[in-house]
Amino acid sequence: MTGTGRETTRGAARERGSARWEARDGARRVTEGSPGGIVLEIAGLCVDYGDGPDAVHAVVDVDLAVHRGEVIGVAGESGSGKSTLAYAATRLLRPPGIITGGDAWFYPEAGEASSRLNLLDASAETLREIRWAELAIVFQSAMHALNPVLSVEVQLTDTLAAHRPEMSAAARRERAGELLEMVGINPDRLSSFPHELSGGMRQRVMIAMALALEPQVVIMDEPTTALDVVTQREILEQVIELRDRYGFSVIFITHDLSLLLELADTIAIMYAGRLVEVGPAKRLFRSPRHPYTLGLLSSFPPLHGEVRALSGIPGSPPDLRRVPSGCPFHPRCRFSLPRCGEERPQLVAVSADGERRVACLLHDGRQSPPAELGNPDAGSVPVAPMAAWGPDGPDRSLPPLDDTALSRPEEGVTPHA
Amino acid sequence: MSYLGRRVGFYLVTIWAAITINFLIPRLMPGNPVQLLIARLQGQGTLSTRAIHALSVAFGLETHQSLVAQYWHYWVQLFHGNLGLSVTYYPSTVVNVIATALPWTLALVGISTVIAFVIGTGIGILAAWRRGSWLEAALPISTFFTAIPYFWLGLVAVAVFGVVLGWFPLSGGLGQGMAVAFNGTFISSALYHAALPAVTIVVTSMAGWMIGMRNMMVTTLGEDYVLVAQAKGLSERRVMMTYAARNAILPSIASFALSLSFVVSGAILVEIVFSYPGIGYVLFQAVQNEDYPLMEAIFLIITLAVLVANFVADLAYVFLDPRTRQEA
Ligand SMILES: Nc1ncnc2c1ncn2[C@@H]1O[C@H](COP(=O)(O)OP(=O)(O)O)[C@@H](O)[C@H]1O
Ligand code: SF4
Ligand SMILES: [Mg+2]
Repeated sequence: MTGTGRETTRGAARERGSARWEARDGARRVTEGSPGGIVLEIAGLCVDYGDGPDAVHAVVDVDLAVHRGEVIGVAGESGSGKSTLAYAATRLLRPPGIITGGDAWFYPEAGEASSRLNLLDASAETLREIRWAELAIVFQSAMHALNPVLSVEVQLTDTLAAHRPEMSAAARRERAGELLEMVGINPDRLSSFPHELSGGMRQRVMIAMALALEPQVVIMDEPTTALDVVTQREILEQVIELRDRYGFSVIFITHDLSLLLELADTIAIMYAGRLVEVGPAKRLFRSPRHPYTLGLLSSFPPLHGEVRALSGIPGSPPDLRRVPSGCPFHPRCRFSLPRCGEERPQLVAVSADGERRVACLLHDGRQSPPAELGNPDAGSVPVAPMAAWGPDGPDRSLPPLDDTALSRPEEGVTPHA
Repeated sequence: MSYLGRRVGFYLVTIWAAITINFLIPRLMPGNPVQLLIARLQGQGTLSTRAIHALSVAFGLETHQSLVAQYWHYWVQLFHGNLGLSVTYYPSTVVNVIATALPWTLALVGISTVIAFVIGTGIGILAAWRRGSWLEAALPISTFFTAIPYFWLGLVAVAVFGVVLGWFPLSGGLGQGMAVAFNGTFISSALYHAALPAVTIVVTSMAGWMIGMRNMMVTTLGEDYVLVAQAKGLSERRVMMTYAARNAILPSIASFALSLSFVVSGAILVEIVFSYPGIGYVLFQAVQNEDYPLMEAIFLIITLAVLVANFVADLAYVFLDPRTRQEA
């Protein structure tokens, strides 16, 4: 499993990591076995584009907590509000986008509620200080994320200059060179301009830039989408390696759930602006609870092995101005119940350990869910040693899977060695 | 071959073509300036054949020479800075007439154009940055000024501030009987005379820069790299100037170069309305007097101005936009 390999590299990183990240790794060790404290908590977030009857409800009542060192994958078809969620939580939303409700709490010290601050009503000054220093973003389009008229060096060092005024110009330059090396680019590329770099290189520069100030959280919005498959893999491996080495938290946004297989600790599935399923990655992959998650998992071919028929999801995502009544997914859901058109399911815990949350009426206890959505899951077995499990622990004690379509994605796992 | 090298080659060919056309047109047209001058001078007495020949030589129009010989001669004269005699200002040479008039135009129209560009672009940047502020309200007002025909605005300005209020002089570039000299009196008189025409130029041309820059800025603000700059926690000033405006201004550079190249030709209306002693006014006189040598020389200068301004724009691009430095 990738998990074990990751622990080893992370251990080695403790020696190599920078002072700040080292301290954080230390903090991680204290809470050994469970994810670090919460570093970013999105609560009840709602975002509209425009107002009045034609407003697009792009994000509706989203709750999501990011723990220190955790990789959260946010997946969903395009147009489901993933980018909007990221922009709103970091206050980078542009008009006509309006945050109509909710909070985005940032915890400068993990889990310390007393020191947390709400990004959504922080002053411009506070926001400027937190941005990039604690919360960096890598955007989808490496093509357009770099300023075409400034050299790579200027774009790497101006962040340092803004946040570390005490650093000398020479030190900034040296750090910029180090950052490039960190993502496998020759430091003599510092004087290059964006148009002189390939798409993959640009995205690496963006990643280097995101890590410049050793932030606690890095949001990556489809960082590999615009790239070819080979480059996509390289970048992904780079991200996995860096995050294993430095242990920052990642919110990895993608429309391609398969990318999250190797990467994510936790996965959040988004549909029509809502989270419909959230849970530990491996458990979610093995035993999806929401029909939409099941559909996404059946939509991608295994990376290795024969390609079987992909069932996919019929229909197309709803118009976010006029979301269907009841469960927004009901027109496309092959398990829909008669009441799905009227009752709106809430995101509620469905496993005994509370780690898995699903918004689907099938799991409200009034009927037993269909076999495909009721695979046994570690968290639903109330066993005593549960509390002692590490983040990857439950997997080791998973009951053997029966050979259903659901095990297919697992075959696709390629250890990135 | 580098980008600049190619551009320089292009300009050299264009200059050659412009000069050649300038040489050919009057020679292919019926009548010639010498005959015109003779017609004018004959009012003051008859001219000897020798005098007529001397005039032909002076104008570089010896018709008995072959066209090729004349063409060669024309280039030689050009390199000696000899563009012939002016009919209107006879016996002044064309070069002298232009040398006297050009500085006035460059100072008045040139500086006004630069001021309009700087102010307009600056307001455009701010208007886009502060969407919804009062600056946005200034846009329709300035559009109104661009829509007014220039000479009309100029005449109204002369009527109101010159005639009715008497705040500014009605015409000229200097006080009565003053000579060009670089002392306080000269400069203040020159500024006083230039104020009204300069303000009308700035007011009418500023809006174009403002609207163009604002629109380009709004587009640029939507770019991912501006969002990245904000996400990086850079100062507002740096995001606005170094990330947004720095890119948004690129398309304006070409138009600015073009407008600089129109300083000479664009001066005509202003200088007629304000009887300003610049090149536009001289061209107006030349046209009225069918003064071909003078007209030709002015057209040549206009052509050169366009080319020089474009060359400067190319240099600016190479400096401002690294993408043009690419070998291709
Ligand atoms: N500027 C905008 N104006 C209006 N609607 C928008 C705007 N940006 C995004 N949307 C809408 O918001 C929804 C979510 O978009 P987005 O967050 O980009 O989705 P994703 O990142 O999941 O593809 C989409 O339905 C999209 O049409
Ligand atoms: S609530 Fe009903 S329609 Fe919605 S996903 Fe569950 S079964 Fe399907
Ligand atoms: Mg997106």
